[in-house]
Amino acid sequence: MNEKNKSVHPYIPNSVPEVKAKMMKDIGITDIEELYEDIPEHLRFKGKMNLPEALTSEYALKRHVEGVLLKNLSCKDHISFLGGGCWQHYVPAICDEINQRSEFLTAYAGEPYEDHGRFQSLFEYESLMAELLDMDVVNVPTYDWCQAAGTAIRMAGRITGRNEILVADTVSPERLAVIRNYCHPVMNIRLVKHCPQTGIMDLEDMETKTSSKTAGVYFENPSFLGFIEHQGELISEIAHKSGAISIVGVDPVSLGVIRPPSQYGVDIVCGDIQCLGVHMFFGGGLGGFIASRDEEKYVMEYPSRLFGITKTAVEGEYGFGDVAYERTSFAEREEGKEFVGTHAALWGITAAVYLSLMGPHGMKELNTVILQKSHYLMKQLSVISGVRAPYFKSSHFKEFVVDFNETGKTVKDINTYLRSKKIFGGKSLRSVFPELGESALYCVTEIHTKENLDSLIQAIREIVDSAGILDLREEGSTDD
Amino acid sequence: MTEDKTIKVRKFHQAKWDEPVIFELDTKGERGIQVPRVEKEIQEQIGDGISTLPENMRRKEAPALPEVSQMRVLKHFLRLSQHCLGADLNVDIGQGTCTMKYSPKINEVLVRMPEAADIHPWQDESTVQGALEIIYKVDTFLREISGLDQFTFQPGGGSAAILAMASIVHAYFESKAETGRDEIITTIFSHPSDAAATAVKGFKIITLYQNEDGLPDVEALKKALSERTAGLFITNPEDTGIFNPRIDEFTKLVHEAGGFCGYDQANANGILGITRAREANFDMCFFNLHKTFSSPHGCGGPGLGALGVKKELRDYLPVPVVEYNGESYYVNDNLPYTIGKVRGFFGVFPAVLRAYAWIMSLGAEGLKEAAHVAVLNNNYVLKKIRELRGADAPYAEGRHRIEQVRYSWQKLMEETGVTTEDVICRMADFGFHLWTSHHPFVVPEPFSIEPTESYSKDELDEYIAGLAKVVEEAYEDPEKVKNAPYNSVIHKIDPSSLDDPDKWAITWRAYLKKHKT
Repeated sequence: MNEKNKSVHPYIPNSVPEVKAKMMKDIGITDIEELYEDIPEHLRFKGKMNLPEALTSEYALKRHVEGVLLKNLSCKDHISFLGGGCWQHYVPAICDEINQRSEFLTAYAGEPYEDHGRFQSLFEYESLMAELLDMDVVNVPTYDWCQAAGTAIRMAGRITGRNEILVADTVSPERLAVIRNYCHPVMNIRLVKHCPQTGIMDLEDMETKTSSKTAGVYFENPSFLGFIEHQGELISEIAHKSGAISIVGVDPVSLGVIRPPSQYGVDIVCGDIQCLGVHMFFGGGLGGFIASRDEEKYVMEYPSRLFGITKTAVEGEYGFGDVAYERTSFAEREEGKEFVGTHAALWGITAAVYLSLMGPHGMKELNTVILQKSHYLMKQLSVISGVRAPYFKSSHFKEFVVDFNETGKTVKDINTYLRSKKIFGGKSLRSVFPELGESALYCVTEIHTKENLDSLIQAIREIVDSAGILDLREEGSTDD
Repeated sequence: MTEDKTIKVRKFHQAKWDEPVIFELDTKGERGIQVPRVEKEIQEQIGDGISTLPENMRRKEAPALPEVSQMRVLKHFLRLSQHCLGADLNVDIGQGTCTMKYSPKINEVLVRMPEAADIHPWQDESTVQGALEIIYKVDTFLREISGLDQFTFQPGGGSAAILAMASIVHAYFESKAETGRDEIITTIFSHPSDAAATAVKGFKIITLYQNEDGLPDVEALKKALSERTAGLFITNPEDTGIFNPRIDEFTKLVHEAGGFCGYDQANANGILGITRAREANFDMCFFNLHKTFSSPHGCGGPGLGALGVKKELRDYLPVPVVEYNGESYYVNDNLPYTIGKVRGFFGVFPAVLRAYAWIMSLGAEGLKEAAHVAVLNNNYVLKKIRELRGADAPYAEGRHRIEQVRYSWQKLMEETGVTTEDVICRMADFGFHLWTSHHPFVVPEPFSIEPTESYSKDELDEYIAGLAKVVEEAYEDPEKVKNAPYNSVIHKIDPSSLDDPDKWAITWRAYLKKHKT
């Protein structure tokens, strides 16, 4: 290739021919190929990678990628009622301001000196979460709630030396899929039934399934299907009686007014922090937390980084560092606890900003307004003939199942109609909870105005009251 | 430009705000933000909302979060940000194995568009064709780069991709009822997670050590293979930067023994377009999009380990995968032997989007040029470091390396008492970051440098000048180095409480209980 005629890519400074030549001279080579002397000919890739022509101008690149992205319809321009573990809450401006800072965005694994800010902000994240959860230990974030639940379960297995875990059969199907893979073949999963009317755990079934093999019980509160499990104390008691550990996955947003699991006997709490100041990013905003009491037998089973506060050589100066680093796979490879690596630290810093902004009053007010709005929507939907919300006769927080079975319409048809009104209806549950039939999971947060809720109610009334199916089905629609 | 510039070590001092912990900023009554209020009609119809909760589920005491005004919260976290050195600020070549390259700012602009940031993974396919197109296209790009047949973007990092590889191998043998295959072989210079994440799936780990050339030994591999072998998970080049030229012998032997070969390409920065997983006969490989493909590291995530497989293993991938039918992109949840899921939804979409933009900006020629320059930079730095008193680059004497090198300060330590840890602390005084290496320290007093393609020759020279300055001090005044840092955010840490259950404090409330009462 003719180096002279080639324009230097802005991301590769030492492509400048003169610089390259000087460096090559310095190390005594005349061709870059000499540097690959250890890669034998038969392992070389002889072809040319079939990739699109480079868009080397930033403007051309921006135009092109924007063009692709603009094929998406965003929840900013539509009213979305999708939730189920990835939620649309308001993201305060300062959350984005902080997580876009070069210093946080492009740091990685510096030392507690030059990256002191990373350690302190993640220590503060742990500490703020600890207040919300009313527990003394919280990890540096793991990938997401799914991973957090998987790890919490494996921790229970190691702490008890047992290999069976009871899981409420109402947990998120996404989560259950991750848990199943993460536990197999080391731990066995037994699902515990729920009461078909209320959704809450069937305690009789739980007791029958609890034995000296049971490492723990895992349930979610509020559950994936939206109802609140109010038997937490009893569930924890049954688990504890047989020497098992009680584990709960929780929506941290709910803890402004809902009792934290630690106060009903739960030993390990996990969940997701995407709802605390992180955009949805098509599911890319997830981050998982795990929390427990400050007991050595629990702390030593965490695979995650745990940042602790300490002193320095200078009086009054805070330093931070890894607590019990020897537990980790960084220190001990396969002898460490599970594994640790790059997870979701930036979202932990963001959640710290969010909780600092919200404070105790902000969290309580947020919870109150979510409760009011979700209950308004449930009440108004239920007025529509054939529509019932919530499906389960229990208390609910921000999510609930809407039962369309009596309308004669499918969720797919309803959602197709809603899209024509710039509304993304709730997630169809038919494939994951077939017993619920034509039902959908709806999520209401503080971002929904009364006007938004009323337009949904109006649109559902229109489609439900219409004779036959409104012919608005689109090509390629996927709601099942 | 071609003249040598005078490279000076900076008179650096990092920001030092002496910033309190957020809880110390608490002033009752201050507010950081107001949340939307409920409309009057809803309030009247529904009441306070809280009374819908069962009595025993209501929180009695509000969480003891601090109350801080908005600007003070902003200032607090801005100050903490200044207590960090990201790749955007320093010459971040001292974090070997991690490929701290430039994360282009245009990609951040794209990621923040509502059509990327504010989309839900369960939206109807017809409303997220752009996102699905990007996922699908990056899949096809990585097929070109690896020679493998299909990728998943679900694993949230390299370790999760290793877990997914282990899960696929496990599921494969389970589906064939070959229950006796319970051993995975790796090497000591492969990432710790190649051993650790694999052990999570119940595999027994066999670790091969390096021979005198710094490479894993073929004879040792032969001894490790048996009817219990499920696979080999290996890096190449390993953390030493030495490419194993007999890698295809390794994969051949493992295949003959009935196992699968997984290629840890978390860092593939030196060999883009040069050699691929396919040429070396790997069955699986993964790329960390937050390393080779420019997605920023975010203080430790979110990242993404894009995992690719040969078509024989396609049916075992986690779901969903994204496909294209010639007209539109769609989600496929139905793979007959799928391991299920390793993460919620589609994985870290922003990382996929950034990789897309990075590849589109460079094209095939640009990717290869990035690899060439990364390797040139590495060998340039290698030559300069070899010239430093007290530094050494064990193994492969006189040969070139690929994208990084694991060096040793053993001689410096013997001659001056100054350790790698000390050098690291002193480098912070000049605005640089340096890292040891993964445990165990097979190379004594290790440090790992990976220059990538992103830094200019002047910047590389500046970093080396920093190392040279610390070496000079080590020989003249070792105590000065041993008591560093002086110009960083804080001074030498007292780590004694961090391993003591009575004293460690992982949260502020634990600190108050243990140290302030």
